Formats: sequence, C-alpha cells, structure tokens
Amino acid sequence: MINYQRFTLDNGLCVLVHEDHTTAMACVNIVYDVGARDESPDKTGFAHLFEHLMFGGSVNIPNYDTPLQEVGGENNAFTSNDITNYYITLPSANLETAFWLESDRMLSLAFSEQSLDVQRNVVSEEFKQRYLNQPYGDVWLRLRPLAYKEHPYRWATIGKELRHIEEATMADVKAFFFKHYVPSNAIMVVAGDVTFNQVKALAEKWFADIPMRPKPIRKLPVEPKQLAPRREEVHADVPVNSIYIAFHGPGRTHPDYPIMDLLSDILSRGSSSRLYRALVKDQPLFSEVNAYVCGSIDPNLIVVEGKPLPHVDMAEAETLLWNQLDILKTELMNDAELQKVKNKIESTMVFAELSILDKAMNLAFFEVLGNADWYNQEVDRYLAITPSAIQRMAQEIFIPENSSTLIYYAKKQQHAE
Amino acid sequence: MLNRVIAPLRHDIQDITLVQPDEVVFDNGLRVFVFNAPTQELVKAEFIFQNIFDGSENSLLHTCACHMLKEGTETRTSAQIAAEIDFYGAYLMPEYSFDQTALTLYSLNKHLSAVLPVVHDILNNAIFPEAELETYIRNNKQTLQISLQKNEYVARRLFFTTLFGESRYGRVPTKEAYDKLNKEDLVALYQKQIQPQNCTLILSGNITGDVLKQIRELFDVQWANTVRINNILTPEFPVFIPKTVIEERTDALQSAIRLGMPAINRIHPDFPAIQFVNTLLGGYFGSRLMRNIREDKGFTYSIGSAFASLQHTGFFTIAAEVDITNTHKTLAEIEKEFDILHNTQAPEEEVALVKNYILGSILGTIESIFSHADKFKAVYFYGLDLSYYTRYNEIIRNMTTADVQRIANTYFDYDNLLKIVVGRNN
Repeated sequence: MINYQRFTLDNGLCVLVHEDHTTAMACVNIVYDVGARDESPDKTGFAHLFEHLMFGGSVNIPNYDTPLQEVGGENNAFTSNDITNYYITLPSANLETAFWLESDRMLSLAFSEQSLDVQRNVVSEEFKQRYLNQPYGDVWLRLRPLAYKEHPYRWATIGKELRHIEEATMADVKAFFFKHYVPSNAIMVVAGDVTFNQVKALAEKWFADIPMRPKPIRKLPVEPKQLAPRREEVHADVPVNSIYIAFHGPGRTHPDYPIMDLLSDILSRGSSSRLYRALVKDQPLFSEVNAYVCGSIDPNLIVVEGKPLPHVDMAEAETLLWNQLDILKTELMNDAELQKVKNKIESTMVFAELSILDKAMNLAFFEVLGNADWYNQEVDRYLAITPSAIQRMAQEIFIPENSSTLIYYAKKQQHAE
Repeated sequence: MLNRVIAPLRHDIQDITLVQPDEVVFDNGLRVFVFNAPTQELVKAEFIFQNIFDGSENSLLHTCACHMLKEGTETRTSAQIAAEIDFYGAYLMPEYSFDQTALTLYSLNKHLSAVLPVVHDILNNAIFPEAELETYIRNNKQTLQISLQKNEYVARRLFFTTLFGESRYGRVPTKEAYDKLNKEDLVALYQKQIQPQNCTLILSGNITGDVLKQIRELFDVQWANTVRINNILTPEFPVFIPKTVIEERTDALQSAIRLGMPAINRIHPDFPAIQFVNTLLGGYFGSRLMRNIREDKGFTYSIGSAFASLQHTGFFTIAAEVDITNTHKTLAEIEKEFDILHNTQAPEEEVALVKNYILGSILGTIESIFSHADKFKAVYFYGLDLSYYTRYNEIIRNMTTADVQRIANTYFDYDNLLKIVVGRNN
C-alpha cells in the first residue's frame, strides 16, 4: 500500500506526492505519455533517441547533469514502447534543484546540433551493443514484426534499423518535443523525505508558467485478430538452437491481464515452476526455458521460449513446449499451486515498497494507465483469480492460430574451449 | 519573474548515520549480527561462509557447491525444496563471490517459521545428487558456449586469467573444468565449508524476539561443527606484466575493450581517495571518460572504470564496447585522459562536484534496514568496522586538487595496464 496525494496545475501537469520520512533522500519521477508506439513507421527509434537529447541542455540551463551532480543527485531515464520515464534521486535538502532542472527542460530544450550529432552515434552504438553484436540480440527485431502487422508494437524501442536513427533531423526533434513534451502529457511523482505543501509550492513556482498545450490524441491502428499460425526460421551465427513462441493477450488494463500474468508465473516463475521442472530438471530436455508477459499497455504478448539441449531436435522441442501449454488448457490446476503464485505476488509487492524510487515509478505508471489507485488494488485483483479462470485464459491464448514462432538454428556446431 | 538561469541554493549533504548491529555469538561459534527495524513485515537472513581452499585453488568447485546447495538433502529432493520455498512467497538464493559463499533467505514474517527449517536442512544435510550435478554441468556448458560468443564476456575472462592466473580469482569456467566436477569433491568441500564456525549470519528486517528464538533453536543447538578446518591456503598471484592481448573476431561490429591492473584493496588507507579519483576519471555518468568518449566523441554507449576490493588483493579496470573502427581512437583518448590526470591539476569546481556527487550517492545507498546490513557486510570481512564510513566521508570531504594529483601519480598509470581487445584491432 502506497499512500499519496494528488494535485493538478492549471496547465494540466498532474503531480502525486508520497511522503516517506524514513529516508534522507527524495525522488522526482516524471513520466511522459509517449513511447515507441507513437512514432511514425519511417522514423522508428525516435522516442528513445529523443530521451537521450533530453540530457543535452535546456533553454536556460546549458548542462543538465552537472548541476544535479553538484548537489549530490543522480538521474537516469528509460523509454519503452509505451512511455518515457525520467527520474532523479537526490538528498532531500536539495529537492528544489530537481524542480529547476525538470521544469526547464519541460519548458524548452536548447536544441543543440552538436548534442544531436553525438547522441545519434551513442544510440547507434547502443543498437549495436545490445541488438546486433550479441547472439540472439535481434530476437525482438524479428519477433515484433512477426507478431504485430498493424499496431506500432511491430517495431522495437531501439527502432527498426540503424538508418532511422542516423537520419533523424533537428526538425523532427522540435516537432516531437512540442507535440509530446507538454505539461498535460506528463505525470510527476515526488516521493521520499518531502511534504505535500513543500511539493505543491515548488511545483507552482517552477512548473506553473509552462504554457499549456493540448494533450496529443492517440489514434493507433488496432491489431487485427490473428487467424493463422506464423513462423520465421533463421540460420544464424548462434551457438545453440533457440525457440520463441509469442501469443497475443490482453492489454495492461484489461480485467484478464492479471490472469495472463499468473499464467506466465505458473509456467516459469521460480525453480518449482512447471516449465523448469518438466523440461530442465525432471528430464534433461532444455538448458533453459522461460515464459513472461511483455506488460504493454495495448494488447500484449506472452512469450514462451527455450534453448533445447543438443540431443533434442527442434520439432521435438516445440512439441514439448506445446504439451506443457496444453496441460494448462485441459487440466484444472490445483488450489495449492495457484496459492503459491499468489503468495509470490504478495511478497513481491511488499519488497517493492522498500525503495522510494520503485514506489514513485509504480505510482507514475499506474497514473498513466488511468489511476494510481489501481496500484494499491492490484494485489486483490490477483488474489481473486480462480483455477477455472486460469484454464479459460490458457484455452483462449495458447492456440496455434494465435502464435508466432521464431526459431534460431545454430549455423555451425561450436565447442566451448 | 522567475530567474531560470540561476540554480536554487545548494544545501550541504549530511553524512550517513549507520545502524550498529547487535552481536550474538552462539555456542557453536556462529556469529550473528542483528539489524532490527520493524517498519516492514520482512526478514532477510544471510548465512555467509568464507570460501575455504585447502588443496587447490579450483574455485569452480566452490561456485558449483554454492549453486547446488538447494539441489537436495537427505530427506528433501530439489523439487521439494523449490516447492516449499516458492509456496510461501519466499526467496532463497545461493550467492557466490570471490571470497564468500552465501545462502540468503527473504521471507515475510508470517511465513518465516515455515521456511527456516528448509534452510536448516540445506545447511546440515545437503547431498549434491548425481542427477542434479549432471543437469548443472550440462546447462552450464551450454550457457558457457553462448557467453563465449559475446566479446565483452571473452574480454572479461581474459582479464581475470591474465591478472590472477591459476589462483582462485583467475579461474574461469571451461568445458573440461565442468566435466571434472564430481560429487565426492563437492561433499568434501561442503563438509568443511558449511559449518557454524565458518559462518556469519546477518539478520535484518523485523527481527522480533520470536524470530531470534526460532533462529537460536535451529541454528545453535541443532547445528554442530563437523570437522576441523586446517591448512587454509592464501592465494598466490602471478607477477603482473602489463601487455596487450588482442583476440581478433573478424565478424565483430564492436570491439570489447578491457584495461586494468592489480591494485590495493579496502584495507589500504588510500582506498577512499582512490575511489574519489576513479569516480572523477570513469566512475559516474559525468566522469571524464564518459564526457570525452561518449558525450563528446560518441564512440560508445557506455565506458566506465572501477577499483574493486577482494580479500587478498584488488584490481582496477576500465571497460567499453566501441565500433570496431574506433578501437584505436578510443584507446588513444583513454591514454590522453590519464596524461591530463597526471599533468594538469583538476579544476576546483570538478573536485567540489565529485565530492558532492559521492556524498549524495552514499546517502542514496541507504534505503532500508537491508542497506545498513549491506554497509556492514562490505567492511566486516576486511576486519574493519563502521567507523570506516566516517573516515571515508572525511577523506572525501577533504580531498584537494593536490590530493587528486598525488593519488593519480601513485596509482593510475596507463603504461602499466593490461590492455585487452576482443573484436577488431582497428
């Protein structure tokens, strides 16, 4: 349970305050309701590149990082397909510095050509380091366009290709900023050793004069229902074969989302989970196996993946994974196993309350979803799930027509030294 | 009218105030440190064992023994252990580090009495079943195959083997070494190492009288020492010879660069000052290496440096992944930064900034009672106590530009670094 208070400035900026005086630190977390799904198909990777440019100086402050470090603060940011999230932690005595910095870059950036040049290179190196120069690094560059045909989730946050990043212009940067980085499209959460009145006064002082601009209206294409199984097989320079099966599932705010989430927990959370027991431990069939939900706001993917051992061929590996999914469809699970995954959800929520930054990020994300209160109601939604709900969900999701299968075949047999 | 050009007033950053643990020594020799804070209904129990080497320095055996602790006891199978721990929403994690083997339990208070007996069973009756060992070996060999295709992993591996040779710190996994693991060696190591006289238990969270009573019942009276610990080896390291090691990978897009050398560890009085200079050079986002090589040249997504402390030595390291065409240019820029560090006094403003940055980040490491336990752990095994942090902060607060140069000239020497490039030497 995270307590908080909320207020909204006249320009539309929504602010949440969570007081926690057991720490000497404060945290300022700002989420902008813009992600890779808001990009145009010929300029992908831009939301993320833009996140880098947010550190390249703002209209009145040439350097973002230095003044923050001078007061003992740290910051970072991340971009997903849905949102862009910026955060600062600093000694609470210096809270105002965070307001000064964040409000100036919400007001306007410096739009420095030099920063754009350098960050294009930095992001290109990030692209290579994470997605190209790694075995299996390009999984999501392949799996997304296989599973999504219309919705912008068909490209990864880093972008479809390096070229899109290399071709980004200053005009793109400005247009993106003035459309998406507006007060009404942002949610600020201030947590830690702060008081509500202090935050309210600082917010009024630093953010109130930022001009109001309309919150952009999102009109994304709806992904049509998948009607037939999809498949891509690649022969790549990877050491061992690998398989990924992605299924469409409900979006983050759909009542069925927690059911799908528990489904993935039953399959692969912890060393007592089904896939791990059946395919890695009880019988030597896979070296690793995993299932997880993407957690996207719009209709999601749930992915089942594994690396079969050398003596298991790919057709057999695929059958073995499907057998486990079929058991969930045909057999009602017992209460004890369901209780187990629920207990894990409950304890994880308690652990998430140890850090002010985690608390601030969770509140901000749920406020973007619609209401920060939902975070506090989340556990109850999980605890109410029944074995028959799990079975129904498995029957809806785990069918061939709803699947996109990506297979890597190792090109050559390699041996560890 | 609001003046947005001028920064708000800066306030001094306070020092951390650390929680002093209560210490109890059980009759069996187990040392227990208690960090109590009843704010959350959580308990963390860390059973930490010194890694014991008495015949060889084959640390792969220790790694395996650590990760296989949960794989079966005389009365519980691996599956039963997993099911019991998972059912109660608890986490039980074996954690191996260069000098210690730890088994860490996280649990809600309300489930603690259900999961503690499982931990007790593991620490007394683990059997390392053959079938589980085969699985461990098979899966780790496959994981190794994948890792060996990552330039960054290969560079890190070359770094440790070159620096620490055949000692415990220099051993890296190989297919052959995995094949040599066997049950007898694991059981022998377990019997020597997993004993109360070789264990430190750190309890943090809501440690009530009832929690302590349960701990004492299980881990004092019902946990006996089995064998004497003799002939403990101290590691010997090869003579360090700085050299350049290139591993060509014709298909690489990026080169993994890793530089470094052996160094002093936390016990040395200069360690805090070295951390200061390292932070300035490559230890944070605003460091000279990041500003030059990422933020000015755009050669890399990330570059960083660190001084790490081990029980018997320490090491300095710099790591980055860069486009193959910028490999030489990056090395040249790193060398340039060392030259500047030696030849030009750091500006007062930069020294002031690094001071505040470090003081703020130390303050930020304290999030919950668990953080207090972490701070204690980081010094305890070096024979230091919490006054280390008072000294540390004092040294950081008093650093001058002259100190920076003195430390740089004593401990930072580009010509004396081991230089590893995995990728293309362009």
